[in-house]
Amino acid sequence: MQHVLPDERGHYGEFGGKFVPETLMTALEELEAAYARYKDDPKFKTELEFYQRTYIGRPTLLYFAEQLTKHYGKAKIYLKREDLCHGGAHKINNTIGQALLAKRMGKKRIIAETGAGQHGVASATAAALFEFECQVYMGEEDTRRQSLNVFRMNLLGTEVIPVTSGTRTLKDAMNEAIRDWVTNVETTHYMIGSVAGPHPYPMMVRDFQRIIGDETREQMLKIEGRMPDYIIACVGGGSNAMGIFYPFVGTGVKLIGIEPAGYGLDTGRHGAPLTKGDKGVLHGSLSYLLQDEYGQILPAHSISAGLDYPGVGPEHSYFKDNGLAEYSSITDKEALAAFQLLSKKEGILPALESAHAVAYLEKMIDKTSKDDIIVINLSGRGDKDVQVVADALGVRL
Amino acid sequence: MVVTKLNRIDEIFKQLRATKRSALMPYLMAGYPDIEASLSLLISVAEAGADLIEFGIPYSDPLADGPTIQAASEVALTTGVNTDIAFDLVKKAREKIETPIAVMTYYNAIYRYGLERFAGNAAESGVDGVICPDLPPEEASPWSEAAAQYGLANIMFAAPTSTNERLKKIAHMSRGFIYCVSLTGVTGARTNLPSNLTDFIGRVRKVTDKPLAVGFGISQPEQAKQVADIADGVIIGSALVSLIGADRETCTDAAAAYISKIREAMDS
Repeated sequence: MQHVLPDERGHYGEFGGKFVPETLMTALEELEAAYARYKDDPKFKTELEFYQRTYIGRPTLLYFAEQLTKHYGKAKIYLKREDLCHGGAHKINNTIGQALLAKRMGKKRIIAETGAGQHGVASATAAALFEFECQVYMGEEDTRRQSLNVFRMNLLGTEVIPVTSGTRTLKDAMNEAIRDWVTNVETTHYMIGSVAGPHPYPMMVRDFQRIIGDETREQMLKIEGRMPDYIIACVGGGSNAMGIFYPFVGTGVKLIGIEPAGYGLDTGRHGAPLTKGDKGVLHGSLSYLLQDEYGQILPAHSISAGLDYPGVGPEHSYFKDNGLAEYSSITDKEALAAFQLLSKKEGILPALESAHAVAYLEKMIDKTSKDDIIVINLSGRGDKDVQVVADALGVRL
Repeated sequence: MVVTKLNRIDEIFKQLRATKRSALMPYLMAGYPDIEASLSLLISVAEAGADLIEFGIPYSDPLADGPTIQAASEVALTTGVNTDIAFDLVKKAREKIETPIAVMTYYNAIYRYGLERFAGNAAESGVDGVICPDLPPEEASPWSEAAAQYGLANIMFAAPTSTNERLKKIAHMSRGFIYCVSLTGVTGARTNLPSNLTDFIGRVRKVTDKPLAVGFGISQPEQAKQVADIADGVIIGSALVSLIGADRETCTDAAAAYISKIREAMDS
């Protein structure tokens, strides 16, 4: 059955929607109308494809990880190399798309939120390329954890605004970006980096990211002559997972999203709302969240700043409740081990986010056979995480 | 339980209209500066001349609020205040005051508590209406129905960016009054009123005869007077909250004095 959501009000079953201040509603309507007008427009599509091919570096490789496969001696493991995208992560698939749209909407300024800094860098990159003024909100805690990315954004001509409210991480950066947008809505495009936020963002970001899955499908058919058995991807807000999952929904391929279990699911210090959260509204949409009995949002924790978020995109909540994908979790420690394993076995440093997906092999590979095929979405590269990994391993650089 | 008596909010606007006055509507926050003081403030502000009190339940992620209310929310949440305690404070205040009270909080606080349960407990404690800044008409039906069932006014927002078509929808759905956001931005005191405020209020007037209250950015007596000339209600939030935060010992008296001064300017 064809999966055709959201409905015209931006709902995925009971999830999604537009829970934002009235001031933003007209802007969301305008964005929705602009997106509807251009998404199938041949000129828009040609331009997007041009930048995907000549700037982002698409299609990205689908790489057979022979050493990793040998190491486990079970299913064949492929890596979808989104880490090879320009900028080092899948985030740019979305920012180039949104920048082309914002240009057509006549916006002059772009704002974005960022956790690990990858979406901030991708926004700054698109802003530089298409001559937008750009400001990125980043939790103060994250500017410290990811100082390299802060400087990268500065080099790209973007101002990074440290956010000191609340938990000083991604959720607060997003609050602050929304406040900026409420204030400057007429001139500014808010470039949301995940399949989260109010409609039409979850849909639009999914559509810009589904190229990951579309390519994977085509490449897999070419290499193996068949569909994979499993696709594994990490889930923070969930854009890389949605991107690779979406074209496979309902095809029988097992789709597995990995949330960060942080210090462990029972410690209360994790970022796994699909596994341990309850339904609620955060940042404009209804989805699973980490919250207390009164609906106050609880701080998330993950060693990976990009997964350190108490919410998740609404379509993932829909997938979970309707069995279209399954979700599991990986601790900081397990992700660190996978980071080292992939580096040593394949000569590829994965982003700590993506290392969560790699780590899940330990938990599932035993039930696979040599005939099975697994694809892991390697959503980003790990250079940005070297300092964090060194700290965690007790190495002084 | 279905409440049939006229809601206190409708009552006050009826009275004020008859005397051609505007409502003075201060915002206070449950648990700010602490739980006990927020109860004293409800009473003192009512006695100082408030026509309606907005009583905020602090929220962890107040994305429509500026720095003053964000900071106050963080302080208030450390006092252990929660939705039940906020309702209890209203119940206690009701022993002394009849001033209409509208609770203001974000939708997740309502959703998580349970729509029916929230509406029922709010009404039972003496709350008259609910203001929810992140619940536009598109998503408001379930809550609006639950609120109506308990005789609570569901107060909706209108913004300068709202199209006329949206204003119609908002006006149709809003009960009690319409909360007109004076500017495109978050809450917080501003030096000047936006220049297009009169036009905006005029646009809303064209689609409804429900009472219009203006909030965001109003802090000075003369601003309140100007707004009172064009609207049915003047909402004062951040300015009062920062005054309360400045000196917790004397905040009850200081708040009362400030409200009297605004009242005087509005009635002059």
